[in-house]
Amino acid sequence: MLPLPRHQTQQGYLTHLTLLGVAVVTLLLSSGCKRESKVDIATREKILLLGNGAEPKALDPHLVSSTGDSNILRAMFEGLVTNHPSDDTIHEPGVAERWESNEDFSEWRFFLRKNAKWSNGDPVTAHDFVYSYNRILHPEMAGPYSSMLYFLKNGEKFNQGKIKDFAEVGVKAVNDFELLCTLESPTPFFPDVVKHTTWLPVHQPTIEKYGGMTDTFTDWQKPGNSVSNGPFELTDWRINAYVKVRRNPHYWDAENVKPNGINFYPIDNAFTEEKAFRNGLLHASYILPANLIPLYREREDPALRMEPYNGVYFYRCNTNQPPTDNADFRRALAYAINRETIVNFITKGNQQPAFGFTPPTKGGYVPPEVVSYDPEKARAFLKKAGYESGADVPEFTVIFNTSDDHKSIAVSIQDMWKKTLGIENVKIENQEWKVYMATVDEMRYDVSRLAWIGDYVDPTTFLGMWRTGDSNNRTGWGNSDFDRLYKESFFISEPKERYATLQEAESILLEELPILPVYWYTRVYLLHPDVENWNPLLLDNHPYKHIDLKAKAGGDGK
Amino acid sequence: MKTAVYILSRLAQSIFALLCIVTITFFLARLAPGGPFLEEKAVPAHLMAQMNAKYGFDKPLPVQYALYLSRLVRGDLGPSFGNKGFSVNEVIAEGFPVSLFLGIIGLIIALIIGVPVGVFAAAKRNTATDYGLMTLAMIGICLPTFVIAPLLGEIFALKLGWFDVALWEDSTAWFLGALTLGLYYSAYIARLTRGSMLDVLSQDFIRTAKAKGVAPAKVLFKHAFRGGITPVVAYLGPALAGLIGGSFVVETVFGLPGLGQHFIKAATNRDYWLINGTVTVFAILILFMNFLVDVIQAWLDPRTRSRD
Repeated sequence: MLPLPRHQTQQGYLTHLTLLGVAVVTLLLSSGCKRESKVDIATREKILLLGNGAEPKALDPHLVSSTGDSNILRAMFEGLVTNHPSDDTIHEPGVAERWESNEDFSEWRFFLRKNAKWSNGDPVTAHDFVYSYNRILHPEMAGPYSSMLYFLKNGEKFNQGKIKDFAEVGVKAVNDFELLCTLESPTPFFPDVVKHTTWLPVHQPTIEKYGGMTDTFTDWQKPGNSVSNGPFELTDWRINAYVKVRRNPHYWDAENVKPNGINFYPIDNAFTEEKAFRNGLLHASYILPANLIPLYREREDPALRMEPYNGVYFYRCNTNQPPTDNADFRRALAYAINRETIVNFITKGNQQPAFGFTPPTKGGYVPPEVVSYDPEKARAFLKKAGYESGADVPEFTVIFNTSDDHKSIAVSIQDMWKKTLGIENVKIENQEWKVYMATVDEMRYDVSRLAWIGDYVDPTTFLGMWRTGDSNNRTGWGNSDFDRLYKESFFISEPKERYATLQEAESILLEELPILPVYWYTRVYLLHPDVENWNPLLLDNHPYKHIDLKAKAGGDGK
Repeated sequence: MKTAVYILSRLAQSIFALLCIVTITFFLARLAPGGPFLEEKAVPAHLMAQMNAKYGFDKPLPVQYALYLSRLVRGDLGPSFGNKGFSVNEVIAEGFPVSLFLGIIGLIIALIIGVPVGVFAAAKRNTATDYGLMTLAMIGICLPTFVIAPLLGEIFALKLGWFDVALWEDSTAWFLGALTLGLYYSAYIARLTRGSMLDVLSQDFIRTAKAKGVAPAKVLFKHAFRGGITPVVAYLGPALAGLIGGSFVVETVFGLPGLGQHFIKAATNRDYWLINGTVTVFAILILFMNFLVDVIQAWLDPRTRSRD
């Protein structure tokens, strides 16, 4: 289990040459007979090989925000509440054995299991969580995703530096094994929130062995130094090559951890990743490029997975300036988009045309059905907006970040607006990623494309951003009724009733349409048949400890 | 004495060029819109300010530049924002050897293929063989690596199963990467070799050797080859620099953890210190290779010295 120092894995040039020699000799000896693929070997050794998108920005839960990074962190760390292997709405006990709230959901008590351990054998206590939440919220830490902890009372004020004493923030260790969270406002879905990566604990002695609490460029997260409390611990990390985690022998539920380890491969070129999968180098790919989907569909490849995902693709309208300041004009635009065409011919991955904004959850929240493709209605709204014909509409531009898929969608929407409404003067413009984000951030756009992926399974993670002045709103739109209903929903305990209030809020959003919903996401990727107990999850947060690997007869890695 | 002066002045030139490159890169990177902390989900204004303060981006640009230079002189390239927990020095220390390895193997492949093809084509000057080989080389030059690389992967890894198609550890994909680079440069080297061999073969001493009845093969390899290969040797330095700097495509296609990937990703992530760091390393590499070639040539040929 002794982790290799990083430089030791770098020596491999001679090894590479030797490998090549071995490969050539094996080839000569066994031409015609298929060699055992990497995946076959890994299945036998119960090591999960996963494509994981881009190189992780960090392996520190308080510094990351991308889904790929949180995949690795969820393997290494365990929060109070964790993910269920097949149902996003079930809360699996993590470090907390059980939890309870007061009547109005503004105070939550988490009772920690006494046998939870860090990978160095230290016990995990309530103080670790308090320390962690202090760390991520600390102004000097400048944690990019620290706003996830604004649920805690005074969390935001402490983060802004308006309150200096962390003791005023709503988190306390009642004793070693009881954590009390006092919230800013009632939050019935709080257990969903604490499943997020930002709520994972870190090990104080380790952080402080390599620097101060809020130092971000220290060596604590490197293999050999890193100490974590999840099913796996970090053993190896090479930039742009791999991150390896192996069993944490001190994990409280170690006997029920199925895989012996996971290798995460940061392959950010989707075509390379697909080839790696075909070559038997991966158990699962992170994504599959849209233009390869038809190929897999045609031959009914069992590896192809297309599963609903907690995200929405939409266009934002700048409501501060003409022509998109006119609600009727925005409605005309929204009703003229043929979403079926887009999902069937461009994205091709079983995405669902969005009739609302929040993606529907099975057995949970379903948004009101407002938006549809209706050319008659679209033309009527255009008239109502004061345009006799589409030709009278002043020029406006749709911007998106450079990508073939975004471009295809923009071109087809441009065409739909032209055909249905007769609007001639729509420009489309792609911008490099960071340029695009700066443009949107400063609201220098007419219409811009965006994707929004929910942080947890609850409509508030989609609707909160549409409150007046929310930093993610960026449309200039605001509605006091929407704000009021959104706020009210936090005080309703009964889920059905709460959802009804949020639906009412969402219908205001969909009537006013500062946004043009396009489709709800699916996760499209490839999964090897050897992988067991890997179920479709709306958040795609697979708890790796439940995932088993068994060689299927006849499986050849194809 | 003259040589020493020449070398010193070339060295001074290189250092001045490096300083210009470092400065231009620093300011160009900062002029690009967006910054390292901008994310798709809005970062609250106070957090953005905190992060800028934490990493010193709230100071005036000239001050930042001065600080940057003072760190650079000490060999500290700063932290990488895209790879938190790693310094730019560490990122380069991991990535550069991979690119160097790919570059050297690529160069060896290029020489193994390019030189014999060039010599052979020169020997068979103006025959169908010569035209055929040179057409092939022309195609090789015209085919970009992002076409050759996936093609090699599809054939040798996925169809034939001889190599792995991606990844670094326990993988043979690097060979396909080096082969892609090698094939690309072998085309140049073949044309270069052919040209210079023809030059030498048309000279008087070759005619004399032939007239004296020396066997054609001996003329080719003993008399002509030495002179014919000199331009190729001079080309090796810049070629290696080009191979290493140009390996971004093969690193991406075969998922190899070289410096080329960082070079591009740093720019798209606005990872300021990594941008500066990778540019500095590539600049030093190219300047050094050119310096080396100039010095060797000056040493070989006294005429070059006086020219400058």
